[in-house]
Amino acid sequence: MSSVEFRKDLFADERGDTLKEIGKPTIRQDILGHVTGRTPYYDDHLFDGLLHMRAVRAPHHHAEIRSMDTSAAETMPGVRKVLTARDVPHNLNTLLSLINFGRDDEPLCAATKVRYLGETVAWVIADTERQARDAVAKVRVDYTVLPHVLDVEEAIAPGAPVINDVYPNNTFDYHEKYDHQKLRFGDVNAGFARADHIVEAEYQMSPIEQAPIETCGAIAAPETNDRYVCHTNTQALFFSLGTTAKLLNVASSRLHFIGGTAGGGFGGKVDSIVEPTAVLGAMVTGKPVKFAWDRYEEMQVGAPRGGERWRIKDGVMNDGRIIAREFTGFFDSGAYMRLSPYAIVKATGHLPGPYSIPNVASNVYCCITNRTPATAMRGFGITAADFAIECHMDRVAEAVGMNPIELRILNAYRDGDMKAHRRAAKNTALIECCQVAAGKAAWPISAEAAAQSSRAGGGTPERAAIPETAVDEEGRIGERRQGRVAHTAPSPQPTRRVAAGIHGETHKGAPVQNPDMQIDAERIGHRMGSPTPAATPAPAAPVAAPARPTAAPPAPPIATPPAPGASTPTVPAANPAQPAAPDPQAAPPVPAPEKPAAYAPAEKFSRGIRRPGSSPFTSGFRKR
Amino acid sequence: MAKTPVTFTLNDAEAALFVDPGAALVDVLRRGAGDLTPKQGCAQGTCGACTVLIDGVPHLSCLTLAETVQGRHVETTSGLAGGPDLHPLQKAFIEGFAAQCGFCTSGMLMAAKSLLDQTPDPTRDQVIEAISGNLCRCTGYEPIVDAILTAAAEMQGRPAQQGVR
Amino acid sequence: MVEVQTCQTMAEAAASLGEGARYLGGGTIVMRQVNYGDQSFHRIVRALQPERGVRGDVQGLRIGAGTTMADLLASSEVRFLHPVARQIGGPAIRNMATLGGNLFAQNPYGDLAVALLALDAQVVMSGGQAQPMERFLAERGHLRGLVEAVSLPRPQPGTFYFRKVSRVKPKGVSVMSLAGCLRSGDPRVVFGNMGPAPTRARAAERALAGGLSEAAISAACSVCTEGLAPADDALASAWYRREVAAVHLRRMLDSGASD
Ligand SMILES: Cc1cc2nc3c(=O)[nH]c(=O)nc-3n(C[C@H](O)[C@H](O)[C@H](O)COP(=O)(O)OP(=O)(O)OC[C@H]3O[C@@H](n4cnc5c(N)ncnc54)[C@H](O)[C@@H]3O)c2cc1C
Ligand code: FES
Ligand code: FES
Repeated sequence: MSSVEFRKDLFADERGDTLKEIGKPTIRQDILGHVTGRTPYYDDHLFDGLLHMRAVRAPHHHAEIRSMDTSAAETMPGVRKVLTARDVPHNLNTLLSLINFGRDDEPLCAATKVRYLGETVAWVIADTERQARDAVAKVRVDYTVLPHVLDVEEAIAPGAPVINDVYPNNTFDYHEKYDHQKLRFGDVNAGFARADHIVEAEYQMSPIEQAPIETCGAIAAPETNDRYVCHTNTQALFFSLGTTAKLLNVASSRLHFIGGTAGGGFGGKVDSIVEPTAVLGAMVTGKPVKFAWDRYEEMQVGAPRGGERWRIKDGVMNDGRIIAREFTGFFDSGAYMRLSPYAIVKATGHLPGPYSIPNVASNVYCCITNRTPATAMRGFGITAADFAIECHMDRVAEAVGMNPIELRILNAYRDGDMKAHRRAAKNTALIECCQVAAGKAAWPISAEAAAQSSRAGGGTPERAAIPETAVDEEGRIGERRQGRVAHTAPSPQPTRRVAAGIHGETHKGAPVQNPDMQIDAERIGHRMGSPTPAATPAPAAPVAAPARPTAAPPAPPIATPPAPGASTPTVPAANPAQPAAPDPQAAPPVPAPEKPAAYAPAEKFSRGIRRPGSSPFTSGFRKR
Repeated sequence: MAKTPVTFTLNDAEAALFVDPGAALVDVLRRGAGDLTPKQGCAQGTCGACTVLIDGVPHLSCLTLAETVQGRHVETTSGLAGGPDLHPLQKAFIEGFAAQCGFCTSGMLMAAKSLLDQTPDPTRDQVIEAISGNLCRCTGYEPIVDAILTAAAEMQGRPAQQGVR
Repeated sequence: MVEVQTCQTMAEAAASLGEGARYLGGGTIVMRQVNYGDQSFHRIVRALQPERGVRGDVQGLRIGAGTTMADLLASSEVRFLHPVARQIGGPAIRNMATLGGNLFAQNPYGDLAVALLALDAQVVMSGGQAQPMERFLAERGHLRGLVEAVSLPRPQPGTFYFRKVSRVKPKGVSVMSLAGCLRSGDPRVVFGNMGPAPTRARAAERALAGGLSEAAISAACSVCTEGLAPADDALASAWYRREVAAVHLRRMLDSGASD
């Protein structure tokens, strides 16, 4: 029944054809349970005396909680407990704190202020779901409604309402320095100046709800030995466990999480909200408690893939070559940060898409608005950018009057090409993909395009080089709010140039947010920049290097990469003992002849790090 | 809270239960009768995961007031297999990869069973129509439609047609 | 908490309604409200023997309020209503949803009510008194008593038109629905989801009074949104609905009568 076609002719010499499963029909290992209705989802665990917990939700996008009266709710039939923010032992978290990314910014239950429509302000636990709902309707909350902002660019303009004091500029702070994530590769402005056409457009993707057929939910119950069992449909079991341990201030060893079966997730079940809530309910009542979202809640407060806005500006030659591409992106993180700042790091690593473009610049902003907080969804961080890029490729094709598939083949990256995040492309296959797609769609392409290959023509000295790069220091944290910087696109006035070929080797990923991550990073073998900003790099003097990176002369081919440890301007050197950024006044940099040593761990890999500052939630108990 | 007695036939057995006033059939089947095969995805009629057959035709058990099934015949996925043998629909779902997370599967199977009971040899459009009240977020529906057609062919004693995608 | 009160007849049920009570028809709307904790009622009233089914005589047709969409589809007396009933919900909904409930269904629901308004139906209350659909729809928010049935004249063959516009096929709720009973002299054109309740497009009706000539159809399309008050919802904006109303009216008329 399979409709998948395997093109084993492509890259056939690159693999032994020893696939045993792929390409053959297979039976899912869990499907017998599905067709007999016996697969145990979290709600299929029956508990006697199960109590039902429901949230009281804010009816405003942004409001201060002046007062709350739960007395009427407490006396409703069947009600066991009414809980508020005061009942949450450690009522502040950010999802990625478990990997030490970002600052705690989100309460499990709003205490003083609500920041999105539907935010939790209290809970009711009752004998039946209906009794809980009836009591929820009796909780009286007085709000002072505050001005709200629902648009990313309005949110980061001066004068926009401050939504959360943890991020007072309504933007995530990148690398403790900028209000956006930067990418600079080559010199886009020089590229634009030289281009025959400039093609600019804006793309907007709405938020998308994952909408699993089973809504988020959990049942928690006291177990023997003073532990709590939690049946949950989380997509991230240990994440949910760690988050619960932190918010409820209990040792994770007292939590027994059982999951692994979800009625769909698609990213919408990682946010770990229902689990701490249900466990809290079980702790305060000593009874089994179910906390589940109904369909309305799943749609309204379940975190979607956040909305994104992208502006793309391309410099294109008459023959279709794209020589410069600039991005300005805005992620709508909603009221809290959750996963969006991280999605931006990933998105930025993906730019400018699967194309070889010698000059790329990008500024991406993670914006706080009064919308439902955003989270993961399939293609996390990439989907909207790709949507924008591919729409834009069609516009470029139109602008130069070219077959859009041929345009893609012309600009496609090939093996050995240097990508904007300073890694050589390998195993590229866009050209073949375009050729097959054209064939399937009976879309004519030229013989020349049809003869191209991802394995040929890439990695030539100029395509493998890290170009001379123009950098700037614009968009420091807080500047925008003070009105000192108005535009959001990458700066047209770079302040400094970094000579070709000499940086990037040390910059292999998102710079760390704090020291813990550095430790982990070293443990797993990715070296990254130091978190503590080094002294400001020496002021730059213009470099007497060729202006056009595409023509950059003796750029070292990728096979002989430069010495490790050199610094990017935005990320100080990982190891201060190694040479800092070369003096830009010096003659064209000479790459160190020897290859960087392959990574070898200093000590054997071990689980359960117990270094100072390491995450306390990966071990048995909380230290903080 | 005064409970109401309800008796009905659940698959092949008599069920006699006391139900909370206002309780939906899905709750009573799951927590009262312990038949966990109907799933609840929305409690508002839009997803179809709770589909059961009442007197042979599909109903949404989340929108059925439990006491209205007094004296009626309720069929769920637990009654689909005849003893150890799977129903042809179940076999076709297994072989055709017609479930991923499986949460919609019970409802799909009941909607499909009702179709095949009334229309043993349905067209593809009739299959699509029959499961139009059942949402699946995982599979994209095609394998489900194929599996139902395969099961129909199997039950007719015809060789299963290759699924046309 | 919800109480359930079970009555034998519609008349008994009507008598036991009152403050905080809601009649349960097929329950596709009421049970959702129960499940979601609607605080506007705490008592469900149901009748074991609502009038159910289609009866025809020389005068016309009478359809019980308890008739489901599936019942309509099984009745050859009301073949002209099959395209309407077939497009309401999925199969399970059609086995449950009643005509009575559809008369009260709020946007985006109420496709059958749109058709019944175009067909000049009379709404018969459980006390026996009858009123035209149009007045019923205007007053349905604060009506006392229960609907027993609707009665309607049989439409002349080839005069009844229906079109439902939805984004999801085969099952999806209406962006708008349209019905027409286009007998010459006194035609009806009705839009659903283009105002708080199904609404007659009187200007379009006037334009079509002389028959379905191309000129008349064009004239009707150009004035069809007069008097309509569509709203924004998750399916479409009011602006969009206004923009496309004429397109769908034309498509309905072009595609021919549905009986
Ligand atoms: C998934 C889904 C899809 C749907 N799709 C459609 C659609 O495509 N088109 C459409 O029109 N509708 C649709 N509906 C709405 C609904 O199913 C129908 O409108 C149906 O006809 C309502 O009838 P009911 O018997 O279920 O109403 P109920 O829920 O029983 O009642 C609805 C209201 O009518 C009142 N009522 C019912 N009967 C009487 C009576 N005899 N006298 C006085 N008051 C009465 C009730 O008190 C209540 O206020 C859909 C619903 C769902 C859940
Ligand atoms: S749970 Fe009944 S239709 Fe979704
Ligand atoms: S298999 Fe997951 S919803 Fe259908």
